[in-house]
Amino acid sequence: MLQIENLRVEIDGKPILKNVNMEIPRGETHILFGPNGSGKTSLMMTIMGFSGYNVTHGKIIFKGEDITYMPIHERARLGIGVSFQRPPTINGLKTKDIVEICSANRSITVDELARQLNFSDFLDRDVNHNFSGGEIKRSELLQLMAQQPDLVLLDEPESGVDLETILLIGDTINSLLHRRIQLPQKGKSHKEVINEETKSALVITHTGHILDYITADKGLVLYNGALCCIRNAREILRWIREYGYEECIRCAN
Amino acid sequence: MRELKNSINVNLENYKVDAKEHKYIDKLSRIESEDKKKMLNVGIDTDEKNRTGTFIQKDKSVIHCKAAQDGIEVTSMTDAVRNHKWLGDYMWKSILPDTDKFTLYASENPYEGYFIRSLPGINAKDPVQSCLYITKDGFSQNVHNIVIAEEDSNIHIITGCATAPHLLSGLHVGISEFYVKRGATLIFTMFHDWGEKVNVRPRTVINVEEGGTIVSNYIFMGSVGSLQMYPTTYLNGKEAVARFNSILVARQGSFLDVGSRVVLNAPGSRAEIISRGITTGGSIIARGDLVGKAPGIKAHLECKGLILDEGLMHAIPELKGFLPGVEMSHEAAVGKMDQREIEYLMSRGLDEDEAISTIVRGFLNVDIQGLPDSLKNKLDTLISETQKNMM
Repeated sequence: MLQIENLRVEIDGKPILKNVNMEIPRGETHILFGPNGSGKTSLMMTIMGFSGYNVTHGKIIFKGEDITYMPIHERARLGIGVSFQRPPTINGLKTKDIVEICSANRSITVDELARQLNFSDFLDRDVNHNFSGGEIKRSELLQLMAQQPDLVLLDEPESGVDLETILLIGDTINSLLHRRIQLPQKGKSHKEVINEETKSALVITHTGHILDYITADKGLVLYNGALCCIRNAREILRWIREYGYEECIRCAN
Repeated sequence: MRELKNSINVNLENYKVDAKEHKYIDKLSRIESEDKKKMLNVGIDTDEKNRTGTFIQKDKSVIHCKAAQDGIEVTSMTDAVRNHKWLGDYMWKSILPDTDKFTLYASENPYEGYFIRSLPGINAKDPVQSCLYITKDGFSQNVHNIVIAEEDSNIHIITGCATAPHLLSGLHVGISEFYVKRGATLIFTMFHDWGEKVNVRPRTVINVEEGGTIVSNYIFMGSVGSLQMYPTTYLNGKEAVARFNSILVARQGSFLDVGSRVVLNAPGSRAEIISRGITTGGSIIARGDLVGKAPGIKAHLECKGLILDEGLMHAIPELKGFLPGVEMSHEAAVGKMDQREIEYLMSRGLDEDEAISTIVRGFLNVDIQGLPDSLKNKLDTLISETQKNMM
């Protein structure tokens, strides 16, 4: 689904990502760990194509297409969607309108999606205007539910969220990725459903709490702009919980 | 960078004080189609659907005038002076003729204007519409308007001011004195669209008594040579409320100096001024002045400007408090569009142009109270057209 090869990225001439190589196969969820400032968000913003993240080397391939220099909206239309940690407020644009924008021509019912996310009361509010941490997460996921991307990039979906909401968020991510644990539909085996529908994801997490709610296929550690570890996500989390990122320094060198 | 003036001098001698008379029109359906179109552009519906009354003045002549509901009066100023002996208690009581040269000029060369009044306790079912229209090139249309919302009445007035399509230059001076009595509500919505060299100088003072509410919406997205207005509202009664919304778009060649001033004279009175300006090459001076003179007042001023092409966006928010117990604040921001917002929308699938127009639309999307659906659609169309011109 997504391949990144020898990717180097600079912000204002300062190297942020140093030779990143990774691959997210179709249907897999990868968890990206790393201390503050290690470049996790920058990697996500680069995959989406935001300005200010200058690719100086390497390439990003999505669904077989080289998207390294593709405009943001083309990447979105090709099937990449992001949940931002601190999205901007857009004055005068109602949340329900941005959800409509996300849905493009897909037939979705905004009201029903909002109800599932317990977000109906916010549909008439301006996008992200005075939203709390948990409200931002729900707003972002609501937009992604409408957008139905094939690759979902989630930036710290659990940060600033209370326990009740994290459950709802985990649930929503699972339905977004078509990985909810539920009885298979009639006529199709679970395997068939998964083969057809499961989406890919890259989830940034600082604390790892989200792992209690979603299924991770793999974990990666980004340290100082370099990927220093690719292993089982829970194993990485246990290491970090026990020893912090200190061990990563040695691995990175 | 182009140097833009921050004031415009108008020489009154350049204008004609007389124009030919236009015939009164009984049925508005018989109005000329090009005039009709211009009027529709500023919110005037010549089919008079969902309107409680209509007043139309072309140059110096009142060509149509009626009220369609008992308890609502819509007349020309000449008729008002004749019908109401007491009008002297209102006329030139809020504004003095020697306030400035335009006011003096209008007092010396007056041509009609409207008189609109809602009687005590009357709720106007639909808005009253009034149109001031100039067709003669170089004419100076000087009008004197009086609006009285008597105690506990409710009325919405839509005023559209425009010029004929061929007209280039002209002057419009409008003296307006509004009286909102105890417990009454006046919503005043004004759309303007003028010729490219027309100078416009409205002079307005509004008095609000106890528990009264004035809501003023001003929408300008068309063309004009220069427009300068700074209406003053006095909240004289306890818990009186004033809300001013303005939406301004200045194209190249337009000069807009537009503000609102609210003097909060009574305890518990409240005022809010919201202004949104976009320059695509013209000048906007957006003023706001809140004056707190009584305890327990609340007042807020919000002034935001977007610069899409080299022009002038000058925000001048002022707060004056005279005693403890006033609560006053302002928020002003001038700048370009935020790249992060554009890219955020692009990440949801909009291309860059679509993202920009969505942001502009949102920026201008001030929650305007009491706007009928037809005018909401009108405003929406205006915003879309404005966007097209910007692209």
